[in-house]
Amino acid sequence: MSGVLAVLEQHNGQFHKSALEAVAAAQQIGGQLGVPAYAAVLGSGVEPLAQTLATYNLKRIHAVDHALLSAYTPDAYTAALRQLIEAHKPALVLFPHTYQVRDFAPRLATAMNRVLVSDVIAHRVDNGAITLVRQLFQGKINADVCFEGEPPYFASVQAGAFRADSIEAGSASVETFQPSLDAAQIRTRPLEPFRESARAVDLTAAPIIVSVGRGIKEAENIPVVQSLADALGAELAASRPICDAGWLPMERQVGSSGQTVAPKMYVAVGISGAIQHLVGMKGSKTIVAINKDREAPIFEVADYGIVGDLFEVVPALIAALKQ
Amino acid sequence: MKIVVAIRQVPARDSQFRIAASGIWIDESDLTREINEPDAYALEAALQLRDSAGGEVVVLCAGPEGASQTIREALAKGADRAIHIDTGAAAPSDPLTLARTLAAALAAENADLILTGLQSDDLGYGQTGVILAEVMGVPHATIVMNVEVAEGGIRVKRELEDGWFQQVAMPLPALLTIQSGATKLRYATLMGIKKAKTKEVRVIPVSDLAPAAAPAIRIARIYTPVKSKNSVIFDGPPAQAAAQLVEKLRFEARVI
Ligand SMILES: Cc1cc2nc3c(=O)[nH]c(=O)nc-3n(C[C@H](O)[C@H](O)[C@H](O)COP(=O)(O)OP(=O)(O)OC[C@H]3O[C@@H](n4cnc5c(N)ncnc54)[C@H](O)[C@@H]3O)c2cc1C
Ligand SMILES: Nc1ncnc2c1ncn2[C@@H]1O[C@H](COP(=O)(O)O)[C@@H](O)[C@H]1O
Repeated sequence: MSGVLAVLEQHNGQFHKSALEAVAAAQQIGGQLGVPAYAAVLGSGVEPLAQTLATYNLKRIHAVDHALLSAYTPDAYTAALRQLIEAHKPALVLFPHTYQVRDFAPRLATAMNRVLVSDVIAHRVDNGAITLVRQLFQGKINADVCFEGEPPYFASVQAGAFRADSIEAGSASVETFQPSLDAAQIRTRPLEPFRESARAVDLTAAPIIVSVGRGIKEAENIPVVQSLADALGAELAASRPICDAGWLPMERQVGSSGQTVAPKMYVAVGISGAIQHLVGMKGSKTIVAINKDREAPIFEVADYGIVGDLFEVVPALIAALKQ
Repeated sequence: MKIVVAIRQVPARDSQFRIAASGIWIDESDLTREINEPDAYALEAALQLRDSAGGEVVVLCAGPEGASQTIREALAKGADRAIHIDTGAAAPSDPLTLARTLAAALAAENADLILTGLQSDDLGYGQTGVILAEVMGVPHATIVMNVEVAEGGIRVKRELEDGWFQQVAMPLPALLTIQSGATKLRYATLMGIKKAKTKEVRVIPVSDLAPAAAPAIRIARIYTPVKSKNSVIFDGPPAQAAAQLVEKLRFEARVI
């Protein structure tokens, strides 16, 4: 076993918020396997950025540098990382489970005849063998997954599965790796990222948020939760399907593709608690869930919960608040 | 344009799951099934493209015999024909094995565009489409909200994190993984349902396609997650549960 390599994401010379978690993951799993941790960052002119990691306990930081890596494309990233992995032969390659990683990591693993274990929430090492835990059925069931065959193995870890503050300090040297890339290999042409519209509602400033999910069934029922929000002096927010359907504006969406909030209290009404929603609200101080399904994953992060039909529970709650 | 849409049949979202005796998969009996949600949006995107640019929409589904129900629904909505890879009652395979099987079934199709959902509700790999693109040697884009025919290829709108988007231009043939929610879904009309009965569904036994390679990952065990947080849950009559909750919020959590 020659090491655990964390592949870190950067945009315009700044690390993605998941980068330090990925370093912590590589250090932790590397320690358990008794092998060193490495990091890699891809881009054009990324050496200075790689240097900012030099105070962490890493065997080496690979600055994978090429002009054709300046804008992200799955073709260039796949080709460059494959060359790095073939040259340095890590036993395990770890990614944060970001949108960008979802876009190229399965392709990279396939090119190397491997399967990425995606969206890992926990792990175990027994006698040098790694077992990874991932969720099935939108978080209702967990699965222990093992690698078969020879390394390199590939896995992506969910946001929050490893803690950035558990990172070990130390020292690391930066080494530039120049992949050989050819513009003709890159088949997609990305244009500049853009935002659709300015956000008029700043949910992050609200001390209390009442958030509504698909349990509300119809647009006509939104006033049910609006009155709960009013009774609590709260802002109204929603899960993604509610905003997709146009029942509430996009800017009220909480989750990985919406806003990330951490209010004093978050009340989830008829929301199942899919991971993409949880990452947007699990930092809330007190979490309350109202759901008719006792097994709904939202109850796993809730401090308080009511199992019941929201159309009965919400009016009862409003009445109780007025007492 | 010939468009293939890969659809998966999954247990309905509000299903209660029991773990099978094998301990590595669920008990599949008595489950209501439906099309994987993003796949319904992939189908819609394909139908809209065909309706504007012409061509054909072929539905591709690997699943047990019961998947034919979901395939018929896709045909009733307007897909032209279907390929059903009959997997029997086997537990699902890893995404690479599945993608190789799908690619084998598509080998003779020469599709211009292949659409998948971005993620399945049951396995949640979020990988099959991207792997299929690599196996078939075509470019891809993920988490796609919109597709336009342009510049001798296509131009897609991808969703990025934190409310950002990006346009990407690419040549055909290509593979796209489609995000839910970008458009309204059509319903099957009565006429559509009637027509669906006459449309071609080619059934291929998986054994005719299955690749011999050993799987690279293995599910060792599945189980109900252990609750990590000590939640206080009230499940009495609504008025009582509401009063208990308000009391806790006032005097324990002190948030109201
Ligand atoms: C790349 C990607 C990005 C995503 N980004 C986001 C995001 O930013 N935000 C987000 O929220 N989602 C996001 N999603 C979608 C996410 O995976 C879930 O599909 C979504 O959060 C589910 O919304 P929901 O909980 O409202 O609906 P469902 O999962 O359908 O849950 C509805 C819940 O309501 C309960 N219920 C039904 N009727 C009642 C009743 N009468 N009383 C009480 N309870 C009832 C049910 O038991 C169920 O738990 C994303 C998905 C992907 C793949
Ligand atoms: N058995 C299947 N048959 C056809 N398409 C599938 C199948 N399984 C997954 N897919 C497609 O691959 C997408 C992603 O699935 P997954 O990689 O499991 O998250 C789904 O949205 C489908 O479009």
